[in-house]
Amino acid sequence: MSKKAVPTAEPKDESNVACASQSSSAPINAKLLKEEKIELHRKMVRIRRFEERSLRAYQAKKIGGFLHLYIGQEAVAVGCCSLMGKDDHVITAYRDHGHAMAVGMDTKALMAELYGKITGCSKGKGGSMHYFAPSLNYWGGHGIVGGQIPLGTGLAYALKYKKLKGAAMAFMGDGAVNQGAVHEAYNLAALWNLPVIFVIENNGYSMGTSQERSSAGPGLAKRAEAYGMNWGTCFGHDVYEVRATMDKFLTLAREKHQPAVVEIDTYRYRGHSVADPDKTYRTREEIEEYRRTKDPIQLFQKKLLDEGVLTEALIEQIDTEAKAEAELAADFAEASPFPTPDDIQKDVYWETDNPDKRTSKGRLFFE
Amino acid sequence: MAVLTYREAIRAALAEELARDENVVLMGEEVAQFHGAYKVSEGLLEKFGPDRIVDTPISEAGFIGMGVGASMLGIRPVMELMFWSFYSVAFDQILNNAANVRYMSGGLINCPIVIRGPANGGTNVGATHSHTPENVLANHPGVKVIVPATARDAKGLLKSAIRDNDPCFFLENTILYGDKGEVPDTEEVIPLGVADVKRQGTDLTIVTYGRCVLHSLAAADILEKEHDVSVEVVDLRTIRPLDIDTVLASVKKTHRVLIVEEQKPFASVGSQLAYMIQREAFDELDGPIHRLATIDAPAIYSPPVEVEQLPNPQRVLKAALAALA
Repeated sequence: MSKKAVPTAEPKDESNVACASQSSSAPINAKLLKEEKIELHRKMVRIRRFEERSLRAYQAKKIGGFLHLYIGQEAVAVGCCSLMGKDDHVITAYRDHGHAMAVGMDTKALMAELYGKITGCSKGKGGSMHYFAPSLNYWGGHGIVGGQIPLGTGLAYALKYKKLKGAAMAFMGDGAVNQGAVHEAYNLAALWNLPVIFVIENNGYSMGTSQERSSAGPGLAKRAEAYGMNWGTCFGHDVYEVRATMDKFLTLAREKHQPAVVEIDTYRYRGHSVADPDKTYRTREEIEEYRRTKDPIQLFQKKLLDEGVLTEALIEQIDTEAKAEAELAADFAEASPFPTPDDIQKDVYWETDNPDKRTSKGRLFFE
Repeated sequence: MAVLTYREAIRAALAEELARDENVVLMGEEVAQFHGAYKVSEGLLEKFGPDRIVDTPISEAGFIGMGVGASMLGIRPVMELMFWSFYSVAFDQILNNAANVRYMSGGLINCPIVIRGPANGGTNVGATHSHTPENVLANHPGVKVIVPATARDAKGLLKSAIRDNDPCFFLENTILYGDKGEVPDTEEVIPLGVADVKRQGTDLTIVTYGRCVLHSLAAADILEKEHDVSVEVVDLRTIRPLDIDTVLASVKKTHRVLIVEEQKPFASVGSQLAYMIQREAFDELDGPIHRLATIDAPAIYSPPVEVEQLPNPQRVLKAALAALA
């Protein structure tokens, strides 16, 4: 059983903030140039092809540890991150590949990180769950459920302290909403009017436990009411709707320092991680129903075809290029060297990485 | 030299660094309007205003994590824990996020946060409020751990910690807050990782830190007067980075070692020290390394008995005589 056993109708938008129209006619979408729309589509396709390629690499035992795939959820990260201005920041949990690509990280460095190579975005020190790109305002990639939410609140605190007109988007899954740290962060954000949007990517299952088996109350975002915060929900399979909803809350955060909780309805086609056999908690039919009726790439592709933005030939070209990019990333990762044991103790302390600027004495490492 | 209490010295360090760098903020429970649960921050709200001196709710995981996130974007938060004992409710933020973020990002992200507050027993507040987690903290590569014993050290080391680009955990002591000591009138920044020989001696090295430095000095006086024994007291001041060289130099002089620590014995700071001393100065030792720690049980409430559970001058004296036997 999931949050809803089989999808029947699109959930209506629910929110305590007056809604803009959540469609292609919403101002934030109406002003999109043709190339920008194509780019939204391209990013979703690139994420999916990257994830599929990383799955094959995992199955070929090129990748260690866990691999949490973003397949099915692409419209969420792409829609949200497409709204980022220069002072907007993002932090997320361990299903972090989609956000990393959405903010513009290089797929070669991402794949190399999965392979544990020195050319990876974290030099092979973080792995799948720990992608970072501070130069792109992307602060991870965090492994402990809900643990990144106070950090995202801190990003918002820093923005406000520095009087920058930006907002932080702190992403979490539906399984994170019952962690104490999340509620502590909600309270601080509301208490101090911090420009942070807490984005719940509700894919229905916290690992193998459905929402109805894990979370009390009428809705995940609605809990914001207890803190006097704005909240909203959103059909997350449509990138236009994600943008329309998030734009509204981001504007309130940037302009008025109003935090919010936004619950975005989405779905993952793969197991919680690749290690999840995905046979015990949901049916094949449910997954197929989502793929058939709510696939974010298919839905957006159809819209852009109807708008005359995409053509079949262009769709084919984008897909071919995305597959080639993923393949190139895998080739790059394969050909890259591993870190050496000498690298293990680098990047631990700022001071030991900058020995000419070190002020402390004494031993920082022990045997 | 001015004479300041340990509390005033910490306050002076905070005030100087707040004035020096506008990215420094002090946050914690009761630090602003209440003037600090132990009055460390008294007067700072009036001087620096509510944007710099910030009262938080009782929400350690939330506000410590928030400080970690803010530090990633260039703020230099000084977070007060009313007691370091409360670190356990923010453990994930302190030791997964602050300690690891630089490493997991391949060196792309710094976390220049200071977390400070008292960490000591001896105040009859029972097991939940008497933790001394310096060993637990120092077990995490990526962090720095400082435990000052005197007003002068507290001020100079806190200034270093606030300027440091790595996460620094600064462990104070409620019993020392009222202790007076000389502090230079001119600015003094004491580098982390430099031990201080608080007393010169030739017969026995006591390696210690925090309040146990005072117990050790008191015991050393008795040993000199009543037993004609010359004790050297090495105050580590910083646990990580660790100035083992000063310790080893003292061992080479005295050839006998007693470690004194307000720590539960299992996997304590002293355990690490004893390993390093035997590994690096084995031939210099005239006897086994001795250690005096907290008696191995949760902190007892009963006031007269708690004194006996912790190191105290009489226990140090006894342990020193055993080490000299």
